[in-house]
Amino acid sequence: MAETVFAPWDDPTAEPIIRFRNVTKRFGTFVAIDDLTLDIYPQEFFALLGPSGCGKTTMMRMLAGFENPTEGSIELAGKDIAGVPANKRAVNMMFQSYALFPHLSIWDNIAFGLRRETSDKAAISARVEEMLKLTRLEKLARRKPHQISGGQRQRVALARSLAKAPKLLLLDEPLGALDAKLREATQFELMDIQEKTGTTFVIVTHDQEEAMTVASRIAVMDEGRIMQVATPDRIYEAPASVYVADFIGDVNILAGTVTATGADTYALTWKDGAAPVTAVSEATFTDGQQAHLAVRPEKVAIHTTKPEDVDNLLKGKVLDIAYLGNLSTYHVELPGGQIIKAQTANTRRLSRRSITWEDPVWVGWTKTAGVLLDT
Amino acid sequence: MRRAALISVPYIWLLALFLIPFLVVFKISLSDIALAIPPYTPTMRDGFWNMLSQLDFENFIFLTEDDLYWKAYVSSLQIALISTVLTLMVGYPMAYAMARAPDQWRPTLLMLVILPFWTSFLIRVYAWVGILSNEGFLNQFLLWVGVIGEPLTILNTNTAVYIGIVYTYLPFMILPIYSALDRLDGSLIEAAEDLGCSRLKAFWLVTVPLSKNGIIAGCFLVFIPALGEFVIPSLLGGSSTLMIGKVLFEEFFSNRDWPVASAVAVILLLILIVPIVLFQRNEQRQAEAET
Repeated sequence: MAETVFAPWDDPTAEPIIRFRNVTKRFGTFVAIDDLTLDIYPQEFFALLGPSGCGKTTMMRMLAGFENPTEGSIELAGKDIAGVPANKRAVNMMFQSYALFPHLSIWDNIAFGLRRETSDKAAISARVEEMLKLTRLEKLARRKPHQISGGQRQRVALARSLAKAPKLLLLDEPLGALDAKLREATQFELMDIQEKTGTTFVIVTHDQEEAMTVASRIAVMDEGRIMQVATPDRIYEAPASVYVADFIGDVNILAGTVTATGADTYALTWKDGAAPVTAVSEATFTDGQQAHLAVRPEKVAIHTTKPEDVDNLLKGKVLDIAYLGNLSTYHVELPGGQIIKAQTANTRRLSRRSITWEDPVWVGWTKTAGVLLDT
Repeated sequence: MRRAALISVPYIWLLALFLIPFLVVFKISLSDIALAIPPYTPTMRDGFWNMLSQLDFENFIFLTEDDLYWKAYVSSLQIALISTVLTLMVGYPMAYAMARAPDQWRPTLLMLVILPFWTSFLIRVYAWVGILSNEGFLNQFLLWVGVIGEPLTILNTNTAVYIGIVYTYLPFMILPIYSALDRLDGSLIEAAEDLGCSRLKAFWLVTVPLSKNGIIAGCFLVFIPALGEFVIPSLLGGSSTLMIGKVLFEEFFSNRDWPVASAVAVILLLILIVPIVLFQRNEQRQAEAET
């Protein structure tokens, strides 16, 4: 393995830049953040992902200094920042609404933070020009925020929050207001800028695709708790719970009881009378334990004739076909009414597609394709 | 045709209720005082061309000769200006508090600001006589608390006029500022703080500039009527309070000198045109900024 892989979270000597320690935040009786502990490392692009109301924005506002934790402590670069007001923190935030000052030009918006810490005009001017160049806004410097497009506004907001060279940059749904094409382009731009500046980014988003694209690690949150923190591929391929598996991407879940059939292989009885499915699991299960098998649709193959040598094979008929252009997802109904989704890449033109509605088909996957989960 | 008819409505309105009366007043200001009904000469009865030939600027020249008039104008400007600043100082914090109040409280607060309009303006100003006089509520209260040893003379001074103007025109200051502050996005203040501003600095650099149009509108709405104010100085002000509204009233009703009174009114209007035009421009710019 190359040693340039960026993974400070696996390095026990690495010092985190942010440390949440048993942080709880309550608004009245509502618990927004529930006993949360989390480390974020320098130069990470960290994503907080979850449905609305899961507490991700509250976490960000606590980092920015707009909220204080009810219990526990938050450390920034080794120092507790509990009592430090927002204007004294080496943390800047890019707001969801961008919050550009409408009465100031783009240039003055970017210079706003710099003017608060120095009166050196030449230094301010140099830094603003640098930021304008970084975000390719040189030509718009004299315009007012209402005279530029949404994508440009987003870049101004980014330039403004980066101008003070913060230790930590917070991005609150930064791309929410952009259309799909622009959002994709901007995601790569963000990663590029993050790499160039070496700033630690924490992004809040409810868009899992966005989190997967930009982040070095993702924290999946639900109801004020962190369900799992891992790299995007681990989150996707090795979710820690049914919730995470279900929240990220599409998944087939088979629930039942397990029996060990080998050192690390298990048979899952998911329906009475049906053949059990086999799965390999690193985690150990006791015989008769309740478990869920999560299999991604793209790992489920669909066949018109019964194939040989497939670990798990189920017969059903095609109920629905979701055609996405590059992919097709087949919803296959098993005799008991359970639906299994199988996804295939459309490497052939649609006219030559061999499977259609009501066709009897076999769906199959290998024993390593799925993840066995206890909750 | 229909469009022309629609557009003509406000113009006819202006013509009938502003331009024609103004021309009448202007014509009277060019006439001479006479013991007649109406008390000036010449009139239309002398024939139109004959009447025109007898008009002159004598009254306007008279206004420059007696320093009572220009002193009254200057004093009015001064009182209107000071009252506007005072109203702004009282009104801005109120508007700010209203805009920051919880949502369910805002309609009530707004109602409370408008509530005084439900009572006659004249009665409310008279009420201040009862409050401010030597034996009034304010003095009695202060004596009772023991802050002062003998009653303060407030009534019939310029102080009473300021109190009266601030009280009367406060809603005109609060409402435009409130509407500007209400629209202010709270995340702008947070962004300012995030970028290193203290609360006060964020207020000064973000809140104030963004409520500028409201401040300007409020100031004009107070300044313009305060300049020609008559009721407040005559009821609350003393004999030394010199305001052009009062002078105008005395010329018209006490001296029955309609021509001079009309000349005073014409000059007052000319003085007011400047702030009115500025006010219109501000409104227009605001409307443009919103689109």
